[in-house]
Amino acid sequence: MDIHEYQAKEILSDYGVPIGPGGLAYSPEQAAYRAQEIGGDVWVVKAQIHSGARGKAGGVKVCKSPEEVSKAAEDMLGKKLVTHQTGPDGKICHRLYIEAGSNIDREIYLAFVLDRAKESVTVVASAEGGMEIEQLAVEKPESIVKVAVEPAVGMQPFQAREIAFGLGLDKSQINQAVTTLLGCYRAMRDLDATMVEINPLVVTKEGNIIAVDAKMGFDDNALFRHSNISELRDKSQEDQREMRAADRGLSYVGLDGNIGCIINGAGLAMASMDMIMHAGGEPANFLDIGGGASPERTTKAFNLVLSDDNVECILVNIFAGINRCDWIAEGVVQAVKSIDLKVPLVVRLSGTNVEQGRKILADSGLPIIMADTLKEAADKAVAAWKEATGKS
Amino acid sequence: MAIHLNKDTKVLVQGFTGQIGTFHSTDMINYGTNIVGGVTPGKGGTKHLDKPVFNTVKEAVEGTGADASIIFVPPPFAADSIMEAADAGIRFCVAITDGIPAQDMIRVKRYMRRYKKEERMILTGPNCAGSISPGKCMMGIMPGHIYTEGNVGIVGRSGTLGYEAADQMRSVGIGVSSSIGIGGDPINGSSFKDHLMAFEEDPETKAVIIIGEIGGPQEVEAAQWAKDNMSKPLVGYIAGLTAPKGRRMGHAGAIISAVGESAAEKVEILQECGATVVPNPSAFAEVMSEVMAKVG
Repeated sequence: MDIHEYQAKEILSDYGVPIGPGGLAYSPEQAAYRAQEIGGDVWVVKAQIHSGARGKAGGVKVCKSPEEVSKAAEDMLGKKLVTHQTGPDGKICHRLYIEAGSNIDREIYLAFVLDRAKESVTVVASAEGGMEIEQLAVEKPESIVKVAVEPAVGMQPFQAREIAFGLGLDKSQINQAVTTLLGCYRAMRDLDATMVEINPLVVTKEGNIIAVDAKMGFDDNALFRHSNISELRDKSQEDQREMRAADRGLSYVGLDGNIGCIINGAGLAMASMDMIMHAGGEPANFLDIGGGASPERTTKAFNLVLSDDNVECILVNIFAGINRCDWIAEGVVQAVKSIDLKVPLVVRLSGTNVEQGRKILADSGLPIIMADTLKEAADKAVAAWKEATGKS
Repeated sequence: MAIHLNKDTKVLVQGFTGQIGTFHSTDMINYGTNIVGGVTPGKGGTKHLDKPVFNTVKEAVEGTGADASIIFVPPPFAADSIMEAADAGIRFCVAITDGIPAQDMIRVKRYMRRYKKEERMILTGPNCAGSISPGKCMMGIMPGHIYTEGNVGIVGRSGTLGYEAADQMRSVGIGVSSSIGIGGDPINGSSFKDHLMAFEEDPETKAVIIIGEIGGPQEVEAAQWAKDNMSKPLVGYIAGLTAPKGRRMGHAGAIISAVGESAAEKVEILQECGATVVPNPSAFAEVMSEVMAKVG
């Protein structure tokens, strides 16, 4: 689960990470009021969407007067911002964070990630801030410092000092940097974050350290013990179909193709999508229907897949282990009858009770195209899609 | 032979008396797995499915001589159960539970380092379908009948995709020595490489197939190890060629978040390391037939 910049800053601030004065606004008037409240003569208006690279999309504006702040707020609120992280549909901006401008001397990149190779939290830092890490890795790989944290004892001050000195910070800034690093680590550990990114961490001309941007992601599997974090979820930032799927216990990812997929198991789902591509088609979605695919669940899966207007054919591929093919077949028959399916449907069943399952489908009298193998299923789905649409 | 689990493996079930534990324990007993008892704190001294129930894994090990365990404990308590098994001297553990927090698994892995390597429990999963040595022992939730005895070792992340591969192989008469599920989580108990090492030592295994997917470094690590250390042929399949970057595909670990984690990149490295790549998921039987014809 992702949260907004202002929420991440609030959390990190509680852990001792220095942030500048700022406040939230839902309207241009409120934005201008916040600016006056904060004081000073430079403010930054920042669109709160779940994405980085907001600057290039017009989601960050430096303003010199409350009037400018109000104007910038008006431009951003209610707008869809498209960045390379949001996908072509973009994300809508409902909230703004108004922050005092900083007198920037240097920018530092700082992130804490779950390192799968080292099986630890790893700190990634670079003296070349402001750039994205992917870009840094290509253009200035030598500038990147990585330190793995020993999980039994957590991050130690000496590690934080090593990083701070390694970033070339002045000795007067080391204590502040160490507090920042240790604070981020503790936030990550205490709250089961999967990622903390501060880009940039700024050294001001006055010699202070400030987190100018902040991003946090959390482990969905650990939200059960962090109700305060769950509350920060902003559903307006999530893909509506994926969210509905998650609420129904289905795992769904929307894609750009035309062949809708209903599959059990994540690996088999990915493999079936690959097989569709191999057969000359394109999958419209990833969908793992999971272990206990009851008729209700199957109907939900059909409705979900069909809520994508691009779907022009459906492929159901079930390899039943815990599931039973007869159960799945009944679900498919019920779903097709209840939703008046208008696109061709290919079903491949395999595993437990496969004969009964196939019989139920055959006896239903519905125009279901049956397939025995994965290859046959993908071939038939692509052929049925071509025939139904005249596309190729 | 086979690896990790065998005819004489004595299996405990942690989370024995719950609905899921009961369902799959029954299935495993019917398959012929030697389940010697179970653990449910607070139900010690009772019987379930005609087997003794214990309060702690230590008591269960003392009472039954169990050397393996399978875990159906819910996610909030599963990491604790894994460490309990490791501490009680369990040798091989299958964690079925899906949804364990990643940082819990980091702590589990760190905890297990307190035991000397030779004495350390082999943990598979979490979030896996389990492991099977066909005809000998099944520790998992898979349909046992699709696996026939034979000489191919399987290591895979996904349950159903593993079934698909085994089923295709069975259709052309190729059997399995052991099939090991390592699960779909980002931090898992053991890696592809760990099990390749075991299969390399197993006389019954003549070739090994790894069934991987997008995300993480473990498929590549295994192929690189095999290149220099493995005498047996290695076959590989990577699911997720159509998966977009940065999107989680069902499994918590199936996400392309770094260079080298896409299916295309992994396939390329597997090939460079001398592994035979299964080009698409309907070609498991065909490719394995060719490989097995060469090893005889």
